[in-house]
Parts: sequence; structure tokens; C-alpha cells
Amino acid sequence: MTTAPVTSSNRVARDFDRPLWKRLVLSRETAIIALLVVVALVAALTVRGFAQPITFTYLILDVAPILLIALPMTLIMVTGEIDLSVGSMVGLSSVVTGVLVQSGTPFELAALVALVVGVIGGAFNGFLVTVVGLPSLAVTIGTLALFRGLAVGLLGTTAVTSFPETWTDLAKAKFAGTPIPAIIVPFLVLLVVFVVLLHFTPFGRGIYAIGLSKEAAHFSGVPVERTKFVLFVLAGVVSAFAGIYYTLRFGSARGDNATGLELQVIAAVVLGGVSVFGGRGKIHGVIAAVLLIGILASALRLANVTSDVINIITGALLVVSVVAASFLAWVQKARRKPGGRVRAAASTA
Amino acid sequence: MTFARKGAAAAALTMGIALALSGCALDSGNSDSGSGSEGSSSGGGDSSNLTVTFLPKNLGNPYFDTSSKGGERAVEEFGGTFAEVGPAEATPDAQVSYINTATQQGVGALVVSANDPQAICDALNEARDADVKVVTFDSDTNPECRDIFVNQADAEGIAKVQADLIAEQIDGDGEIAILSAAANATNQNTWIEMMEEYLGSEYPDIKVVETVYGDDDDQTSFDKTAALLQSHPKLEGIVSPTTVGIAAAARYLQTSDFQGKVALTGLGTPNQMREYVEDGTVEAFALWNPEDLGYLSAYTAQALIAGDITGEEGDTFEAGDLGEYTVGADGVVLLGDPFVFDKENIGDFDF
Repeated sequence: MTTAPVTSSNRVARDFDRPLWKRLVLSRETAIIALLVVVALVAALTVRGFAQPITFTYLILDVAPILLIALPMTLIMVTGEIDLSVGSMVGLSSVVTGVLVQSGTPFELAALVALVVGVIGGAFNGFLVTVVGLPSLAVTIGTLALFRGLAVGLLGTTAVTSFPETWTDLAKAKFAGTPIPAIIVPFLVLLVVFVVLLHFTPFGRGIYAIGLSKEAAHFSGVPVERTKFVLFVLAGVVSAFAGIYYTLRFGSARGDNATGLELQVIAAVVLGGVSVFGGRGKIHGVIAAVLLIGILASALRLANVTSDVINIITGALLVVSVVAASFLAWVQKARRKPGGRVRAAASTA
Repeated sequence: MTFARKGAAAAALTMGIALALSGCALDSGNSDSGSGSEGSSSGGGDSSNLTVTFLPKNLGNPYFDTSSKGGERAVEEFGGTFAEVGPAEATPDAQVSYINTATQQGVGALVVSANDPQAICDALNEARDADVKVVTFDSDTNPECRDIFVNQADAEGIAKVQADLIAEQIDGDGEIAILSAAANATNQNTWIEMMEEYLGSEYPDIKVVETVYGDDDDQTSFDKTAALLQSHPKLEGIVSPTTVGIAAAARYLQTSDFQGKVALTGLGTPNQMREYVEDGTVEAFALWNPEDLGYLSAYTAQALIAGDITGEEGDTFEAGDLGEYTVGADGVVLLGDPFVFDKENIGDFDF
């Protein structure tokens, strides 16, 4: 475990030694995008019913909550933290919206309150991680249960289904004459915000610095705790937004909405090339990974493959990609400089 | 990094082969579904597309395994193509993906047990817009989201079969009690009310002395059974119109002096009740036969595809071995009287 940050920084240092074109062509992100294209092509050619515009619509509608939440999750995981409570926050914001609408609150106000609940939930995670100093894995396992418990407690096993049609229609609307769903607009806005934030601002460089070495980041003036706090709040509010979308898309607020979504998000982020130890990963890789998993599931469902087998295939893809990346990095290093591992270990001592 | 690329290439190849193989399998499986224009009349659907997809609440559930078995048998009989798909967890959002898939595939009919009456509505209506016939069974959606609901049993039939069973077991005379689920469970209260009415008119010597509520909790139901038998020493029988209640009551009776002296009946599943029926604690109980439910649902789908029925009240169709059925109000087809399970037939069921 102690060698992990060293491994990452070595890899980054090596990356910067190379010319730009080589970094782009040979990166993990490029490999995922290539895989995405290959799988999409094979599916279009071999799976009946796949190559039609409606496939794209359903795909985007299906993966929209994952796409949305993967954005803040990427940033959190680049700092080396994790947020397991996002799926429960989707459920909680869905229930909050539902309960308020049921008691006569206008939908717009109910949605606003749900977003505020997202901010509060995220701030609670952030407080426990940064101020109290607890590990995010433990904190968010706790809030995963807490938020879900609140959601189910508020609404029980019933569902609220009376939402204004203008809003439910909007959640499923497509741009006239195209298969492009309207949800893509808020997603693209958030995508731009997060790409700029991560890749083009000092805040983003701080995020990578924290992931590579918290201490080094701290001594070079990065506000480590404040950065992490902001990221947890972002994850909370984006999850709440996803919860509102979820509620409108199905026209149903339920306590068990989006159960297990956090695992799908984290799986996509890891497959997209974000290191679980932090310090490494890019948003475009993550987006490609979300789409890859979505297309694979969609194609396999069309081929009447059972859900268990779909889980096995997507799970195996994840394991193979993560194991292969670590294994190949290890092989390369062992080849390049014999005894390198020993020296790396010694340097941390 | 070249290794990484090779790894990615190998993975892509594997995925590609997997998809290609499954794609081929699908093609051959659907070769007779003929989604072409031949025979497709507007509104009536494509009468040659006998592809019927069953979408239960979740897979790996013995109840739905049994209903799908019936569905598959029916589809084989009328020469269609049967498929069963579904999520691992019984959630509405997971079901929506499968409904969308059926729309993309252009199946002839989709037979669904809904995980939520509202959440899958839009997806079902999109499927219907694409000429897919939608039959709900076991658990309905809002009526405007499907063509027909195949109902396993109506309140009247459930009330009647339980009253007849208990009357038969106590020879039409004596004190009985009711062990229900929650005090505010609408369906339970309707059944109990109808049962009391029917007992009053058909079996005047039977007296319902108390109704208790086990909240569909095993331990509470067990305790309430014990309390009932303590407070009513002359009790001849118990009716429990809930699968949790009847199993808990049977477990109590089995270990008490009342075994074989106090009759117990109600609604239960064969797997839960098997040991109590086999050792004589329980003589007979009722539920519906999920295999028949799936069988009838598949024939309903076929009748819709063929244009024999549209879901209008009064439409009639033939359902194989089960005979002729008539569509009732709100597009509901009723399977029939509940099925009575006893020592003779319980071995034939596994759900």
C-alpha cells in the first residue's frame, strides 16, 4: 500500500517525458474509446434491432443518472477518496420531491428543496471526511445506509406518482425529429463545467496533486480539506439532480429508486481509467466507459442474454481491465529497471 | 503501453465474438417471427408475429418460474416463439430497460408482471405505439398502460373458496377466527367482509368470534395464533387469508396440542405449506395456479396479436386446455376460481 502513491507519480512522470501525440494515442482513455467503437460496431452489425435511432434514445435515458454522477465521482476518486452514498442520495431526493409534491407543494419548489437536501447530504459527508478526518469509505458506507433509511422511512413502500405532466414529459422529451433526449442538455452543461474545473483550473490541478500526495499538495499551498469538502457537496447536489430526473422519467418517487447505482458509477469511473489510489484519470475516459457498459448491456439484452450473464460479462470486463492495467504496469516496470521496485520502496522509507 | 493496447484489443475481440455469437443465436431464434409488412393491418398488429416475451417481476423466483413454464407451453402450442427476460432485482427501473428492449426487438406481445403500477407505464405505452401488444399478469399497471390484465383471482372467488374450505373442515358448525395481515390492508379487509357475508348466508351455524392481525410478520402471526387459541377454548378453525399468516399459524398448530383438532385454511403457497399438509396439520388451502396463469396470459397475448380480441369488454377467445374466456370490465380477464391444494396434488407444485 505504501508504494502506491510512488507508483502513480512514477507513471505520471513517465507520461510527461513523452511527446503529446504518444500520450494521446497510447493512453488508457484511448483504449477505452477504441473498445467502445468496436463494441458499438459489432453490436450494430450482429445484433438485430440494435442499429436503429431509438437505441440511442434509450441508451442515453438509461445511463443519464450514471453519466451525471460519474462527473463529480471522477473528481472525488482522483483525490483518492470515494463516495458510496450517491445512489442513496438519488433515492432520498426522489422521495423528498415526491413527499412534498404529495403534500401540495409546487413541483419546482419541491425540486429545489431536494437539491438543498443534496447540498446538505454532501456537506455532511464532506464534514465527516475533512473536519472530523474519517476515511471517506467508512463515512459514505454509513451515509449510504442513512440516506436510504431516511428515504424508505419517509415514504415506506408506497410510491408517489402524481407529478405535473409538463415536467415528466420534459424528462423523456426528444429534440423534434431526432433521437436525442433533452436530458443531454443539462448533462452537457455539467460536463463542460467539470471538464474545465478538472483540466483547466488551479482547483483541478489541486485535485490531481491531492491524489498523488496529500502532504506534498498541502505544502505546495493546495487547500486539501476545502477542495475535498467542495467535491462532496458537488457529488451530493448532482446526485439530487439525478434523483429528480429519475423521479420524472419514471413518474414515480420510491424509496428504493436507484438502489445500487453507486456501484455502477464507481465501476464506470474505474473502467474509465481513474486510479483507485487517486492522482490519475480523465473525464473523457469515464464518459466512454459509461457508454461502453451501457451499449454492452443494451446489446446483450437485445440478444435475450439473461441479466445474470450480463452482470458476469460487465463485471469480468471491469476486473480484466483493472487487473490488466496493473499487471502490465508492473511487467513494464520490472522490465525497464530491474530492482526498481526495491528502490521505490526504499525511497518512501 | 503496447501491452495495454494488446489487452484492450483482446478484450474487444472477445466482446465482439460474444456479441456476434449471441446475435446469431437471436437471428436463428427469431427467423420465423417475420417482422415484414406482410399481413400487418393498421391497428390489428402483425398477426404473423407470434414472438411472445415474458417479463416477470424478477428472474430466479419459483413463482414466476412456474408461470413462465405455463407461458412457454402455451406458446409452443400455438407455434410462436417464447422468450423470458427480466432483471435480477424486482425494481421498476430495471424492468423499464427490458420493456424498451422488447420495443426495439419489435416482439409481437409482452407479458409483464409490474413492479410498480405507474413507473413502467410510459415504457409500455411506447411499446404499444410500436405495435407490441401488452398483457399484464399477476400484478397490474394502471389500466391505460396495457391492453389486458389477466387477473389470478377476484375478491369474491377468494372469499368463497376460503369460506367453503373452512366449512367443509369443521362440518359447517362451530366457532372460527380470522388471522389477517395488517388492519388497514384493503384487499384483506374486502375478502374478510365478503367471507363473513357469505358464511352468514350459506353456513348460519358458523360464528366468527374474532379477527386478529399478524401484520404479515411471521413472529407476530405466530403469537396471535397462540393468543387466539388461549382466549377461545371452543375454537374449531382459523382462516388466514395471507401467506405469511397461514404458515406461521400452521407452525404453531404443528407443535401444540391443537394439531389436528383445530382446522386451518386460507391462502398459502405449496412450498411453505408442504410439510403441514403432509403431516395432517392442514387439510387444504387455496391460491391460484401460477402455471395456468402464465398459460392463459400467453393465449391472451396470442388472441391480441391475431386480432381476435382488442381488450373490449365482452370479447371472447379460446385459451387452449383452459377453454373459452371473456374479457371483463376494464380489460380484465379472470383466470377463474382459486385453486385448492391438498395432500393429493401438492406434490405437483414447486413455488
